[in-house]
Amino acid sequence: MSLENQISELRAEIIGAIDAAETEQSLDTVRVGALGKKGRVSALLATLGKMAPEERKTAGPAINGLKGEVATLIEARAETLRAEALERRLAAETLDVTLPLQPAPTARGRIHPISQTMDEIAAIFSDMGFSIAEGPDIETDYFNFTALNFPEGHPAREMHDTFFMKPSVDGEKKLLRTHTSPVQMRVMQKSNKPPRADYVTPPMDPPIRVVIPGRTYRNDSDQTHTPMFHQVEGLVIDKSSHIGQLRWVLEEFLKAYFEVPNVTLRFRPSFFPFTEPSMEVDVQCDRSGNEVRIGEGSDWLEILGCGMVHPNVIRNAGLDPDVYQGFAWGIGIDRIAMLKYGMADLRAFFDADTRWLDHYGFRPLDMPTLFGGLSS
Amino acid sequence: MKFTLDWLKEHLETTATADEIARTLTMIGLEVEGVEDQAKALEPFVIAKVVSAEQHPNADKLRLCKVDAGTGELLDVVCGAPNARAGLTSVFAFPGTHIPGKEITIQKGVIRGQVSNGMLCSAMELGLGNDHDGILDLPDDAPIGVPYPKYAGMDGVVFDIAITPNRGDCTAVYGVARDLAAAGLGTLKSQPIEPVEATGGKGKVGVSLEFAGAPVCKMFAGRLVTGVKNGPSPEWLQQRLRAIGLRPINALVDITNFVSYDRGRPLHVFDADKLTGNITARMAKPGETLLALDGRSYELDETICVIADDAGAQSIGGIMGGEDTGATDETTNVFIECAWFEPTEIASAGRKLGINSDARYRFERTVDPESVMPGIELATRLVQDLCGGTAHDTEVAGEVSAPGTVVDFAFSEVKRLTGLEIEADRIAEILESLGFTVEGSGERRSVTVPSWRPDVTQSADLVEEVMRIYGVDEIPVAPLPRLHHVAPQMLTPIQNRRRIVRRALAARGLDEAVTWSFISHDEAVRFGGGDETLQLANAIASDMTDMRPSLLPGLIAAARRNANRGFADVALFEVGQVFLSDMPEGQHTYASGLRCGTASVDGGGRHWSRKATPVGVFDAKADLAAALDALGVDIDKAQVVAEPAAWSHPGRGGRVQLGPKLILGWFGELHPAWTEALDIDGPIAAFEIDLDALPKPRKKATRSKGALDTSALQPVRRDFAFVVDSAVEAATILRAARGADKSLITNATVFDVFEGSHVGEGRKSVAIEVTLQPRQQTLTDEEIEQVSQAVVAAVTKSTGGTLRA
Repeated sequence: MSLENQISELRAEIIGAIDAAETEQSLDTVRVGALGKKGRVSALLATLGKMAPEERKTAGPAINGLKGEVATLIEARAETLRAEALERRLAAETLDVTLPLQPAPTARGRIHPISQTMDEIAAIFSDMGFSIAEGPDIETDYFNFTALNFPEGHPAREMHDTFFMKPSVDGEKKLLRTHTSPVQMRVMQKSNKPPRADYVTPPMDPPIRVVIPGRTYRNDSDQTHTPMFHQVEGLVIDKSSHIGQLRWVLEEFLKAYFEVPNVTLRFRPSFFPFTEPSMEVDVQCDRSGNEVRIGEGSDWLEILGCGMVHPNVIRNAGLDPDVYQGFAWGIGIDRIAMLKYGMADLRAFFDADTRWLDHYGFRPLDMPTLFGGLSS
Repeated sequence: MKFTLDWLKEHLETTATADEIARTLTMIGLEVEGVEDQAKALEPFVIAKVVSAEQHPNADKLRLCKVDAGTGELLDVVCGAPNARAGLTSVFAFPGTHIPGKEITIQKGVIRGQVSNGMLCSAMELGLGNDHDGILDLPDDAPIGVPYPKYAGMDGVVFDIAITPNRGDCTAVYGVARDLAAAGLGTLKSQPIEPVEATGGKGKVGVSLEFAGAPVCKMFAGRLVTGVKNGPSPEWLQQRLRAIGLRPINALVDITNFVSYDRGRPLHVFDADKLTGNITARMAKPGETLLALDGRSYELDETICVIADDAGAQSIGGIMGGEDTGATDETTNVFIECAWFEPTEIASAGRKLGINSDARYRFERTVDPESVMPGIELATRLVQDLCGGTAHDTEVAGEVSAPGTVVDFAFSEVKRLTGLEIEADRIAEILESLGFTVEGSGERRSVTVPSWRPDVTQSADLVEEVMRIYGVDEIPVAPLPRLHHVAPQMLTPIQNRRRIVRRALAARGLDEAVTWSFISHDEAVRFGGGDETLQLANAIASDMTDMRPSLLPGLIAAARRNANRGFADVALFEVGQVFLSDMPEGQHTYASGLRCGTASVDGGGRHWSRKATPVGVFDAKADLAAALDALGVDIDKAQVVAEPAAWSHPGRGGRVQLGPKLILGWFGELHPAWTEALDIDGPIAAFEIDLDALPKPRKKATRSKGALDTSALQPVRRDFAFVVDSAVEAATILRAARGADKSLITNATVFDVFEGSHVGEGRKSVAIEVTLQPRQQTLTDEEIEQVSQAVVAAVTKSTGGTLRA
């Protein structure tokens, strides 16, 4: 048999074996059988040395050509087999990606609207240079009433409106604060005694700009009143702040809080023992739909009380009302949360119904800031 | 307080429209709560006669009436009023009429099987006051078929205004007119009261005050008018009263109501023939009772002032007269009372008795102290005008006068407090128009307060008067000066802690709850509270009596409510105050939470990805650790000890502390006995953190975190398994292992724990991984072996355990 036929036969045989190889392993057997040290192509190559130069001239390229071709084919077949193996693996590993996930913890947990609203209020007043002041829920008659110019016998001092604690051994009748205003006095009073608890804001020297959020209590329970509710109070004391600035602060606050370009406020003279002059403030709104819309419409909604701090209160704090002056206001946190976010029933705030919390609560990372926006 | 436009015009010369008046009232501090064109609203209501009234066959309290409403036919009407009787003249609403007092529209209907073609109405249903004892009972001659407002003379607008506690002077139409005139809406008509000559000489009823302490009734004037002819008052008076929702009674009583509204001057009229002896104002005696004019009997006590005759209490001073001695149609000799009572005493007595009367409304807002004598003269004149009779001497006991305050008023105060620039003369003019006397000239004047404004005592009060009349809207809005620097940190570290811990816990899938600060006494005691000083003296409900010593009772109750709605797997937390004493320092802020059922951090309920396992102590510990971590406390650097809270399963709970006295928090599974006692299905895993116990952040000289210290050498990890007594704590093993070579060992963790017969009864195997971090050079096998032996030695020594073969 001529070398040419021999090569051709061997080529056909090896190509057949390559094509028949179904695994990388069997392909490797083919490779060793052909190109390995003892392989048949290698054996053929070995015969070149014994050939005459003339013969080698034609046989060399032919055998080497076969070697190259076989190597290429084996590599191509190997590539195919690897690709097939990967295909099979991928097929085997396929999962039903439509299976539902369990919501992430951050998607489930909620911040209560009261906390969120307090954070919103803090963000706004932080920009106006206010700090946050706090005091205890269990108050003395002095801080809750007397210091704030409530006369003896004022109706608010009666059991009908105020929760009293059972008298202590020394006969003192403490009470649950009916408003956050006692903290005004705690902040303003001239005193060198540091408070006995870290959370209680120590007395400050004017100029004072504080907001005072907190729980407040009244002996009242019906559709629109709960025995516990939340208030935020504002206090500015310096030597010049007047009602013109009070108007500005409240307008700017309400605009920022309700996230509307404009609010129209109506200041009505009113009466509170601890301010003089005193005013109630109505905000213009639209009540025609199911929800109150602030910043539009032609209805009025009473939203807060305010006034110039009463000279007797300033005096009670140990300051001279002819030198120091300022204003204060108080607003219901629960109430403005309801107005902004559309809750219908105050009582639901304290029920911890997870359906309500899910619906009206806020995502943990939804943090009100002025740079990122109050609400998303 | 209600009044009509007509009535107002008796005192105010004005061309202003009702709208202008309403707007002005609100803007000067007399808040308008309602303006009603009453005639229009009540137009559909007609006078009708009940021709017959029979018992409803199917209802005891209902009657079948045939009603003549002037339509030419008799209408069948079902009526529930006790006074529905044949011959009664009343007010009728046809089907389709809106009933203002009930906010409904009446429909033709079938009531208990009987057709009803409309409704007979009470005063309350017409929106004319609170009288709902029965349907209106009109005089027989009232014209049938005529619209009620036409008959009642309601041809005008009715204002309803809210009066703040300091404005007793505006509980009178006259006072309202004065304020409106000051605000530029017209001219106040001057109506001097002409005294009535006492032609009858001294009357038979003497008056005196008898108070042991400060008199509640400071002044009492009484005057006998004999030979009067009582009966229905004239139409103008009846209409005036009806228009504001008052029921005309008889001329003498109507006069008192009229003067009360017209002048803010409450009066009372006794039938002098029903009085025994003389009149005394005194405190009630214990056990004394009185049948008052509202038909109710009241138990009085020594905190309540009464007007008594020699037979006993006949009237509740300043609040309500008595039924037995009141003036009736038959009265011929009337004794008129005009007195002055202490506002706060009247307020508290009224509240105590639960009586809201027109008299109380005025006295608790302070009646003009100098109105006693003019008041009795005005009353006497009206009595004589309407009922005739002979007036006797006015008997007076005690005296009261206005404080007569004079304020040295610097007009600059107006600008200082409000920002308004108003000329001095304009300021003076406003004050004078309100009845103040302004003396002097220039920027500082002497202002005398009129008797009807005892609430005005100092400059700030006068500023308010000027401001409200000049117009609050006129005050220019002025920005509060901005800071000249970036706003400093607003929240204190403690305030910031609360904010952060809320977000950290919500980020672990817990919902934030806000629950009541007060809980039941039993719950308070159970959770370590219940001290007497933390109990409310006047709780609103039996489950809201004690200030909470822990947030957990409120959260457990919330979980129970959710479970009852079908949501058992809830995860809740609260950040709020607990009360350990009634002192400020006894109020701590806790962050507490609980998980119920299967509500783990991965979510509750069944899911294809994992088994639904009940929550346990490690869920609670993980929440607590995450919260502490967010607050900058690494739980691994604090001590976790098996000292559970009282609420915890004793073997499945612990606490985190920085020392035995500095406890940061507790975690655990709720004690099974408590689960049962608190009526909730377990399991519950809970934690509490005392945010006030956390150490205050240290003031640092620099914010630098320091250089990062890493080693170029790879760490080496070695595993050890120890067999120890079951009671040995993992913390002991890890502490010993870590302590074996403090320079090389950087970490030790537990990767396996198991018990079983092959490790022995009462014993367990704990497998730990110890990480060695070489610093200078790679560790040799020998060095590693040395450290390993040190670890084994340390652990076996501290635990009495052995290395598992």
